[in-house]
Amino acid sequence: MIWSKRNISSPSASAETVSMDTLMHYLLRTAAGLSATVVLLILLFLAFESWPALRHISLARFFTDPSWHPVEGMYNLAPMLSGTLSAASGALLLATPLGVASALFIAYYASPRTAGIYRRLVELLAGIPSVVFGFWGLTTLVPLINQLHPPGASLLAGILILTLMILPTIALTAHAALLGVPGEYLRGAAALGISRWGIIRGVALPSAKTGIVAGVMLAAGRAIGETMAVLMVTGNVVQHAGSLFDPVRTLAANIALEMAYAMDNHRAALFVSGLTLMLLVMALSGMAGWLGRSRHV
Amino acid sequence: MPGGEAKSVKILSATHYVMFATALLLGSGWSPSGHGASQKLVLTGASTIAPLAGELARRFESLHPATRIDVQTGGSARGINDVRNGVADIGMVSRALKPEERGLHAHAIALDGVGIILHGSNPIAALRRQQIIDIYTGKIVNWKDVGGQDARITVVNKAEGRSTLELFLSYLKLKNSDIRPHVIIGDNVQGIKTVAGNTNAIGYVSIGTAEYETGHGTPIKLLPLDSITASVASVRNGTFPLSRPLNLVTRGMPKGLVRDFIKFARSEQVHDLVKAQYFVPISVR
Repeated sequence: MIWSKRNISSPSASAETVSMDTLMHYLLRTAAGLSATVVLLILLFLAFESWPALRHISLARFFTDPSWHPVEGMYNLAPMLSGTLSAASGALLLATPLGVASALFIAYYASPRTAGIYRRLVELLAGIPSVVFGFWGLTTLVPLINQLHPPGASLLAGILILTLMILPTIALTAHAALLGVPGEYLRGAAALGISRWGIIRGVALPSAKTGIVAGVMLAAGRAIGETMAVLMVTGNVVQHAGSLFDPVRTLAANIALEMAYAMDNHRAALFVSGLTLMLLVMALSGMAGWLGRSRHV
Repeated sequence: MPGGEAKSVKILSATHYVMFATALLLGSGWSPSGHGASQKLVLTGASTIAPLAGELARRFESLHPATRIDVQTGGSARGINDVRNGVADIGMVSRALKPEERGLHAHAIALDGVGIILHGSNPIAALRRQQIIDIYTGKIVNWKDVGGQDARITVVNKAEGRSTLELFLSYLKLKNSDIRPHVIIGDNVQGIKTVAGNTNAIGYVSIGTAEYETGHGTPIKLLPLDSITASVASVRNGTFPLSRPLNLVTRGMPKGLVRDFIKFARSEQVHDLVKAQYFVPISVR
């Protein structure tokens, strides 16, 4: 960061540009500070609202209580943590290969006309509101899975819905990353007589890797935080799923389901699940940063 | 890192951040109570009634511009306490008053009934109370054990804290942790969609919603309870067992603005609001 700052500061600046620079400097500082403050404020607010629960209920109880029945004083969040993670990672497992494959198709295989249409379709998929996915899942997907294995509302339904929702994010960011690969790399590789797949595997994918990983992380964040669609199809029973056909509840769904009617410790415990969710996303973005750094070294 | 000048700026902006943070917290979390209104009414209590009370308050305020009505939730118990202590003018209590609460005056504004629903194609015509208990606690897991076809039962339960769940549990004399659900839902519409999409599901929803949906061709059916038909009519005439009154409670005989609001809340002109919340309106003559 420091070197880039030196790059743009010119020593022979007139008085006018200096004052403009200082103004911009403070303006941008304030803007950056504000967005950082909002995140900190959210954390502060969550901690503040969770405090009544954290004071009365020891941290261990959120993982060792027999179940989640806040009205009866039992606050086990662990099954919802596992539900959130398994739904999100399942969706990532499905959506990442599909998304990257779509991006490769658009960038290197499809004719410009097909690529344009396909890209529009993927963009359209990204624009569908999550509640529409939820309703479709509830009225079509869940009854379908129910015929396979009752009750239908299950981890599998959640994974499939989430896959559809994060697929466009991965496909579009991967495509943008592939567009960023310098043309001379590709032309150079082609001049060496390497096959199309060889160029993709040996040149395009490695140099677009950071962008693709960033897209996957973005999609992971969405999968973890998605609420409405997941709430409608996963069954919301608080338990560790033994199979793909078992219902689960995610942390986000838990808040949406119970917040409207919660009071006192129950309400505070829901804020604890919000705090957990926030920490999870922070850990994820921390991991993304770490992955990016270790790749550069 | 630039010199000392930037450092002092940093401290200054840090102070700004704190000020901004405080302002935001104050603004969002603890909004100050309104000012300038000549008359104010405070309602506290059951979260079941609060949305309806909010709608009633909005219409009442538009008819009486000089009044301001503040609706706060916190459960029926809080409604009773606040009225006793004089903190609130009116308490919202989503049940009949208990014997020890007889000193207070209850004014029912609506009735709330909960009906058991099955998929329309399910041959079961009625279930006894014990059978419902056994299904919900996981002792009966197949429809053939209660005279239906050979299929696993999908038990649909409500999320913790919902008033329909409370009413249902108190009728069956169960705790929520006794129930072995397969699907947990939030609102009534989601419950109906879930049961309509699963031929072997059993669930319970507000009768007003269920009757509306069956009237519009949704493949669900309401089961009678204790051989009384589940309908808005049987809730209204008080025979349906799984129902309760929604009360506005006052300490003494209501006077002035309190009397006006209660009269308004029980009048014909708000029946549309009551029905919109899927409650059964009461006709007061």
